[in-house]
Amino acid sequence: MAQRSRLHIAVFLAPAVLVYTAVMIWPLFNTLRLSLYTGGESGPVFSGLSNFHTLFGDPRWSASFWNALGNNFWFFFIHMVVQNPIGVALAAILSHPRLRFAALYRSAFFIPTILSFVIVGFAWKLILSPIWGIAPSMLDAAGLKSLFAPWLGKEEYALTTLALISVWQFVGIPMMLIYAALLSIPEEVLEAGEIDGLTGWAAFWKIKLPLILPSIGIISILTFVGNFNAFDLIYAAQGALAGPNFSTDILGTFLYRTFFGFQLQLGDPYMGSAIATAMFLIILTGVCIYLFLIQTRMRRYQF
Amino acid sequence: MTRTRLLGLLLASTVLGTAASAQEVTLTIESWRNDDLTIWQEKLIPAFEAANPGIKVQFTPSAPAEYNAALNSKLDAGSAGDLITCRPFDASLALYDKGQLADLTSLAAMANFSDVAKSAWQTDDGAATFCVPMASVIHGFIYNKDAFDALGIAVPTTNEEFYAALDKIKADGTYIPMAMGTNDQWEAATMGYNNIGPNYWKGEEGRLALIKGEQKLTDEAWVAPFRELAKWKDYLGDGFEAQTYPDSQNLFTLGRAAIYPAGSWEISGFNTQAQFKMGAFPPPVPNAGDECYISDHTDIGLGMNAKSANPDEAKTFLEWVGSPEFATLYANALPGFFSLNSTPVTMEDPLAQEFVSWREKCKPTIRSTYQILSRGTPNLENETWNASANVIKGTETPEDAGKRLQDGLASWYEPQKAK
Repeated sequence: MAQRSRLHIAVFLAPAVLVYTAVMIWPLFNTLRLSLYTGGESGPVFSGLSNFHTLFGDPRWSASFWNALGNNFWFFFIHMVVQNPIGVALAAILSHPRLRFAALYRSAFFIPTILSFVIVGFAWKLILSPIWGIAPSMLDAAGLKSLFAPWLGKEEYALTTLALISVWQFVGIPMMLIYAALLSIPEEVLEAGEIDGLTGWAAFWKIKLPLILPSIGIISILTFVGNFNAFDLIYAAQGALAGPNFSTDILGTFLYRTFFGFQLQLGDPYMGSAIATAMFLIILTGVCIYLFLIQTRMRRYQF
Repeated sequence: MTRTRLLGLLLASTVLGTAASAQEVTLTIESWRNDDLTIWQEKLIPAFEAANPGIKVQFTPSAPAEYNAALNSKLDAGSAGDLITCRPFDASLALYDKGQLADLTSLAAMANFSDVAKSAWQTDDGAATFCVPMASVIHGFIYNKDAFDALGIAVPTTNEEFYAALDKIKADGTYIPMAMGTNDQWEAATMGYNNIGPNYWKGEEGRLALIKGEQKLTDEAWVAPFRELAKWKDYLGDGFEAQTYPDSQNLFTLGRAAIYPAGSWEISGFNTQAQFKMGAFPPPVPNAGDECYISDHTDIGLGMNAKSANPDEAKTFLEWVGSPEFATLYANALPGFFSLNSTPVTMEDPLAQEFVSWREKCKPTIRSTYQILSRGTPNLENETWNASANVIKGTETPEDAGKRLQDGLASWYEPQKAK
């Protein structure tokens, strides 16, 4: 009997395990394997770590890689410092009991999240276009045209602009998660605080914020993984060359150019796999730091 | 068991489905020319199908920037179409070397093309040709004739006149002097550097010397065009850094810009969009009386997927593409794509005639970066995009750009390695 019950567990798990293996685990390990090969005259040749040697040793490859990684960290940094505070603020305002039309605002803030990257990239490109854009003509109407710059065309601003567009698109997710966390704080805790003299801002800093910290942790790690896998928005707005002058090149676009090739540059799946492996390891490290160093130390409160 | 049978049935039905449609052969063409979809569907394919009953042709283009990557993936996966539109030189040569493009040397229609026309789709020794040459494109400048007339500007032939004209347009203020942006980068290289460059490196002479390693990209002849590009900055529209290729096209066809650094492929689109008279002039020469050079770039050919299921039908189609009949149809349906066929083709479009007339007075060459020099990493063509855009924006000096390109090329290209 015991054996039969175990068998049905396997049967029930099988579809998910098989599908997941076929579309996730197998390609992942195959990519890791492919990064150890180079293309020879008659198919792939095993070459150990030579791709990684090129990637980190060759001045050109390593410059591109560090540039992309640096840009990726900046992209992530902007998300962290802009998206999380705005998400918390929006959630705090939405959870205010006397706010009218809360449901309407909630949907409005969340809508960009369900839009496609292509639509977001294209729409913002048009809004910011120096020629047809809404932004320059609006500034012009207010006599502030001189404040306008071709944000997506300047090396100094392009990446930050794209990061802010991405924040605009995804701010709904931290807002919803924190909103849910705020709603789950029991009234009694807040009342007890009130009796002890904690109201308004003090109540937020001393009671609510500590209680939503685990949610912020989860949001941060989701953002980290999302940002280091990002590709779509940059590709939709700036193309595979991630202009101007590679200032918006992140690991995703760097991987795409290398793996599939671009214009006269032919694709190199082996070098591409090496970059994909590096991306995988970076994300893995980040997630491990979070899981083992941060999450285990986070204080949990039982109500 | 029923599940397995159902799966088997499904598999069988797909196989049968393919078999059933095989009675009438359908050829699929891979292409990056999505702008030409209607011309293929309405003019070219019906003409072929009328003459060849039993063969159906489908034109299935993808976006230009994604074409090479998409095509390579499809060829590797075995899902590419029967006929492959060929990029010139190394991109196609690599496909041939991998055995993905068929050898077409024995095609009867190959006799209709000169060696120069075929050179873009041959092995380095010229022994095998793997694509039927279709068309070349010529670079130059298209201008708004109404604007030039209103401002009393004559068509410039020298650099001095060119900048005088730009200054005059700028001073007047009605028009943006020149419509070009650096957002997409390739215009800066293709319609900038490789458009005006041949006048400085003397066309084929400089291009071949560069390939042989006798000239360097840091030589004056190769840096001078960058120096000219650096001057363009002041004549481009507000916020040109974020201006895309379609933005530039629209600025010009809406009559807001006076000069458009162009490739002849723009002609048919501009003819339908622009409401004013247009003219064209070749890249101005540095000094009056200098010999002029133009970029007459073998740009597009058609080859056969070596794994095509219908090689005979595909060859029939390619023979037709190599025929004078196709050349006339194509050149007139798409003014600005100049036939490479040895049989002279009469074109009706005045703008296209203007472009092609430069072949008489100027020496033609092809884009400097396309043959051999973009085989390695870093890729010279892609680097030139970036360098040209940087130079126009003023974020890199012409000398630095030349040096960076030379260093990149010398890092992998044997004849250019430091001696």
